[in-house]
Amino acid sequence: MDIGMYFKPPELTSGAFKVWRRNKDVFMKNAKLNLLPPFIEPLLYLFAMGFGLGMFIEEIDGVPYAKFIAPALISVSVMYGAFFECSYGSYVRMYYQKTFDAIIATPLSIEDVIIGELLWGATRSTISATLMLPVIALFGLITFPHSLLIIPFAFLAGLLFACLGMCIAAVTPNIMSINYPIMLFITPMFLFSGTFFPLNVLPEIVQYIALAILPLTHVVMIIRALTFGTPGLELLFNLAWIIGVCAIGFVVSVNMMKKRLVV
Amino acid sequence: MIYIPQVIVGKDVRKEFGEFTAVDSVAFSVDEGELFGFLGPNGAGKTTTMRMIQCISPMTSGTLEVFGMDVNSHQREIKFKMGVVPQENNLDPDFTVYENLFVFSRYFDIPENEAKKRVEELLEFVHLEEKRDTMTESLSGGMKRRLVLARALINKPRLLILDEPTVGLDPQSRHLMWDKLKGLKKQGVTIVLTTHYLEEASQLCDRLVIMDNGKILVEGSPRDLIQEHIGPAIVETDKDPNIISCLEAHQANYEVLGEEIQIYTDNPQEITDHLLSECKLKRVTARTATLEDVFLKLTGRKLRE
Repeated sequence: MDIGMYFKPPELTSGAFKVWRRNKDVFMKNAKLNLLPPFIEPLLYLFAMGFGLGMFIEEIDGVPYAKFIAPALISVSVMYGAFFECSYGSYVRMYYQKTFDAIIATPLSIEDVIIGELLWGATRSTISATLMLPVIALFGLITFPHSLLIIPFAFLAGLLFACLGMCIAAVTPNIMSINYPIMLFITPMFLFSGTFFPLNVLPEIVQYIALAILPLTHVVMIIRALTFGTPGLELLFNLAWIIGVCAIGFVVSVNMMKKRLVV
Repeated sequence: MIYIPQVIVGKDVRKEFGEFTAVDSVAFSVDEGELFGFLGPNGAGKTTTMRMIQCISPMTSGTLEVFGMDVNSHQREIKFKMGVVPQENNLDPDFTVYENLFVFSRYFDIPENEAKKRVEELLEFVHLEEKRDTMTESLSGGMKRRLVLARALINKPRLLILDEPTVGLDPQSRHLMWDKLKGLKKQGVTIVLTTHYLEEASQLCDRLVIMDNGKILVEGSPRDLIQEHIGPAIVETDKDPNIISCLEAHQANYEVLGEEIQIYTDNPQEITDHLLSECKLKRVTARTATLEDVFLKLTGRKLRE
């Protein structure tokens, strides 16, 4: 087994953009339905947790609970948007719809297809984050203009989760098995990434693990600093971590998919 | 001598999947403007060969050139000039009939105005104008197949590859597909197809190969293959030991196939009379030999996986 093949940089061409456009066109056909969740979900979470649960939690680190979780809601939505698009979504297009097979019979390559899917996954995260901002802003929970930086950042963070989802789509034996990584990785990440309570209440070792292997931890730290309006230089560490893992994930996920599809 | 350029040239083309050899060092070539067939039982290696020609499945070894370009290094250039009708209808279920064609046109860099024009022409060509806004799931099998054909033509290909184009179609749809293919051939499009329908291959193909177990067994025009391997006619009768000994005595060219004896001949009338009187045959049928006879003779009657 040649490990090196997983690290071969893929060729980026305009073909990827055509695949991105195909997915965007499908998304826009059902725009009303697809654009609704980013409006509704933060409202539900904010009422249930921010204002419901928040009655019992006065402040965390000196901020009201609703304000504490608002950036986490955006981060989680960034994670889910890209991850589900590139795990379930890509798997359905690849396996059930045979969309990838149809496209690679044209001048587009399999690399174009996978990169287009990844870019689209990141775009979905960006769309979610962008739509959530005004809703959360209505409650006065985020600071402008810092929070506008969340929009480009959502694309980068989304790309990371898109790559994760694509790695899973590349190895899953069937669609049901995608539940395992969700149960073992995505859900723990949802809970233990400093999302709904601060990371520092956890045992020190768990904090280190969260920082080492849970991408959402870094995403939450950056988005929280932006919504609080207090970005500092220490965020460069989080940003570097995300860029590094994203770059590796990008190359590896494309090659894993190639291994599955080029036979 | 007239020089006819070759569109596909394969030499020692080999494809292995682990221990299994799907295509076993075959050689073939397809001339420009020709309608060429790959025939063979399931698992013979036809689809694998098609996929290598389409530049989507890398060869294990050998050389394969399409339009004079290597399939390993010129995939995009080759695919720009090629149209593909795959075995499975992989239409995009997220789009309507019209959108399926239009979205596909973008993959070939066809400018939008030109694409719209071509989509209209193709919808007319495959008689789907009235279904333009229908989602592909609600099309009938024949309509789906026609739409896949239209989609394969969006880039005005010089080479059209069809993997079992008429499988599962009713006779009307099948004849329509044949008509369309003959029309495209007249326009100079080189066509390569696989099929399990031997009658279809006889009707359409200028030349064909019969594959089995990854190897090419024979190559030629349907007529030549029948002539060479069977002869013009076949006389069929029921299997019976007495008849077999009688045929042996007359040194007839015959074969026992299941519960039936087939006698290959170029003079069915004479043989039939002869057999009826001398071998006391009861039921005798004389008929023209077909490509199916060649196929079964060469690949046997054993069922394939």
